[in-house]
Amino acid sequence: MLYYILLRMMAAKSNFFNAEERTFRLSLSAIALILILILVGIFCTLLSASIPSIQASGWKFLFSSAWDPVTNDFGSLPFLVGTLLTSLLALLMVLPFSLAIGLFLGEYYTEGRVSQTFKSVIELLAGIPSVIYGFWGLFVLVPIIRSIETSVGVIPYGIGLFTASFVLAIMIMPYAVSITRQVITMVPRHLKEAAYSLGATRYEVIQKVVLPFSRSGIFAGILLALGRALGETMAVTMLIGNTHSIPHNIFAPANTMPSVIANEFTEAVGTIYTSALIEMALLLFIVTAIVNFIGRQIIKQFAYDDK
Amino acid sequence: MESAVLNVTVTPKMETKSPDTIANNVILKAEDFCASFGSNQVLKKVNMAITRNHVVAVLGPSGCGKTTFVRCINRMHELAPDATVEGKMIYNGDDVYKMNPVVLRSHIGMVFQRPNPFPSMSTYENVIAGYIFNEIKLTKAQKDEVVETSLKSASLWDEVKDILHKKGTSLSGGQQQRLCIARALAMKPKMLLLDEPTAALDPISTLKIEELLVTLKETYTIVIVTHNIQQAGRVSDKAAFFYLGELIEYDDTKNMFTNPKEERTQNYITGRFG
Amino acid sequence: MINNVERAVRTRHIKNSVFKWGVIAFTFIAVLPLIFILYYLVQKGVTSITWAFLTHMPKPVGETGGGILNAIVGSAIIIFMACIIAIPFSIAIGVYLSEFPKAGIANWARLSIDMLQGVPSIVIGIVIYEWVVKPMGGFSAISGSIALAIMMIPPIAKATEETLKRVPAGLKEASFSLGASYYQTTMRALLPAAMSGILSGVILSIARISGETAPLLFTSFGNPYLSANITKPMSSIPLLIFNYAISPYDEWQKLAWGASLVLIIFIFLLNIITKIAERKWKVQY
Repeated sequence: MLYYILLRMMAAKSNFFNAEERTFRLSLSAIALILILILVGIFCTLLSASIPSIQASGWKFLFSSAWDPVTNDFGSLPFLVGTLLTSLLALLMVLPFSLAIGLFLGEYYTEGRVSQTFKSVIELLAGIPSVIYGFWGLFVLVPIIRSIETSVGVIPYGIGLFTASFVLAIMIMPYAVSITRQVITMVPRHLKEAAYSLGATRYEVIQKVVLPFSRSGIFAGILLALGRALGETMAVTMLIGNTHSIPHNIFAPANTMPSVIANEFTEAVGTIYTSALIEMALLLFIVTAIVNFIGRQIIKQFAYDDK
Repeated sequence: MESAVLNVTVTPKMETKSPDTIANNVILKAEDFCASFGSNQVLKKVNMAITRNHVVAVLGPSGCGKTTFVRCINRMHELAPDATVEGKMIYNGDDVYKMNPVVLRSHIGMVFQRPNPFPSMSTYENVIAGYIFNEIKLTKAQKDEVVETSLKSASLWDEVKDILHKKGTSLSGGQQQRLCIARALAMKPKMLLLDEPTAALDPISTLKIEELLVTLKETYTIVIVTHNIQQAGRVSDKAAFFYLGELIEYDDTKNMFTNPKEERTQNYITGRFG
Repeated sequence: MINNVERAVRTRHIKNSVFKWGVIAFTFIAVLPLIFILYYLVQKGVTSITWAFLTHMPKPVGETGGGILNAIVGSAIIIFMACIIAIPFSIAIGVYLSEFPKAGIANWARLSIDMLQGVPSIVIGIVIYEWVVKPMGGFSAISGSIALAIMMIPPIAKATEETLKRVPAGLKEASFSLGASYYQTTMRALLPAAMSGILSGVILSIARISGETAPLLFTSFGNPYLSANITKPMSSIPLLIFNYAISPYDEWQKLAWGASLVLIIFIFLLNIITKIAERKWKVQY
């Protein structure tokens, strides 16, 4: 790799207009290189620190529900399930709202005071720290959910899958909205006008021109919101119930990968225990990286096709 | 063979028609018509009458209001947030601004500067897009018939009859524009509005569309905004020259080009400003 | 026939209105949580905020009163150090990406920024634990700052790159034609012209990390005492909120509410400052 860089540098010598530019450029390249190394380093560290656990548990890690620090028997299945369920549930809850707000800001009220106000409100929502969401959820939502649970006839934990997903939905909404709004404003005006000129109502233009056109972009927005949801730690930790089992219904307590790491890492004794938690961090890293990557690729494609 | 549904809705029930319509075969009449964007007035007291089955070229330098005028005919102008109008625009004897805009637009066809077939629809679906939007239900046989007739009227049938189910955007620029014409014709309007339809096309496609317009004149009244004076000369019966929001001159094309009455018209036609 | 079509048009208009009002309704409902949260925070927290609150240490369990001084000082120190580490580094990367966008490394760097932005904050905490905490033999404020600094890099680098891209090329050429070196041009001409965008990127990233808890769980860890020693564990506001919120003590929870309100006000103020700074510092070309 270093050899390749040196080769490129020597070949490009003729492009530099003087020695100072070369130094300037090289020093900046070095800094950029450090950035790349940081990312690579993150992955490598996670991988190497997971090795003890990988060696001890192998593939079983993904399918087992065991979690015994004494016998060093660890399985991440409940946490995988918990992570997936909370994220998907949150997405489901947020989808109609993010679509509505995307249309509100991107189609109906694109400018003016109303638009600015709502945009600011959404920005503020995005700025609230996760731990405050969790705190609020604990004291405001949990009692409400508890009373719902008693009326439905389920054990009134208050905390659990549903509560965590609900707060998660509120937290990822600004991300989904931002992208949805942008792709909706990118629908070319002349396309909408063609539909109007044929006698369509606004709803029909939205339904048959705007939404089909923005479909892939909206999907990318969902993926990016999903990426955010998967890695969300604090609020979920405070509201999910922290049980090492797969939830049997929507109100049951559960656990997610980030929350089990947050709860147990500082107290984990023993190499395999710590390594198991780090292996989960590795899984988390890989899954969020893939989801985010796909989402960004779709958006790039969307912006490119639009030309 | 026209769709029975459309046939009946051509004239929405309204008050008595104005005398010109029946007498002189006038299809569109603008009376002291003004249009503005907020405080910026773009059209000033335009008075004009268009006869059926004429091709009227609307000419003028950039910013003269010609596009706005045409967009006021089918009430597309009001899609802009601060658009206002004054005066009367009478289509087929009825005040356009007292009609339901959605109904009005389905009776007037419009073709835009950039070809804009709907990218999520096939060529076939694009032609009947108007029916899809207006939720008019047709049987498969009726759909096939509308598609074929419209594409034939737009001189596009032979080129696309075997690829009807490919995406509308897979056609060439000139073909896409003819597809847009077919789409507008499919609704069986009485009037076709074209806003610089060949501005984005190559010379050969331009010529094809100009030939097409001359044949369409027999069935439709055509209003075409154009920057190209030669095109106006080739295609139109009458010409309207707009300048700074006013209708300066409106006459038979031949007369206007050889013997313009106003100096500004003369200057524009001879290319002194553009 | 006419009536059928007219009725159809009326139905379509009704659908149109219903849809519009549905969109408006959903939008309003979606922003209700913000109002609830703010209201609750203010209600629960405002009574806690006194001068004593901001300048005193937390009292032992059972005693009333007390403050969050250690957390305020701790957060200030940790954030300050994170800024020192992250800001020059990120701006340099932003300059690199906008000045030499086609260089081979540039594309990898851009990819790295995008990927880094997507890494969950707790994963970064774990990695810094391995890189800094373990070698150092214990938790420390500096490790927390490093973790936060890594999180600050993508927003600042992107803001720098975006703003620099919009600076007209003429500015750069004028500087070169006067004989300035690349470094001088960057520092004296380019960066000042891009200051408003860079500044808003910096302020927004500070707002973002000031509320982050997860990366600090295994790095700066928290400290019940007032400390300025960056090689030892240090308290911070988000950590305090977390620990006190889940504690069973009413007094501690009260402190947590006050701390939450302080934190929110701080973040909101930063957002407002960004908007003002962007407008005031904007260089007209």
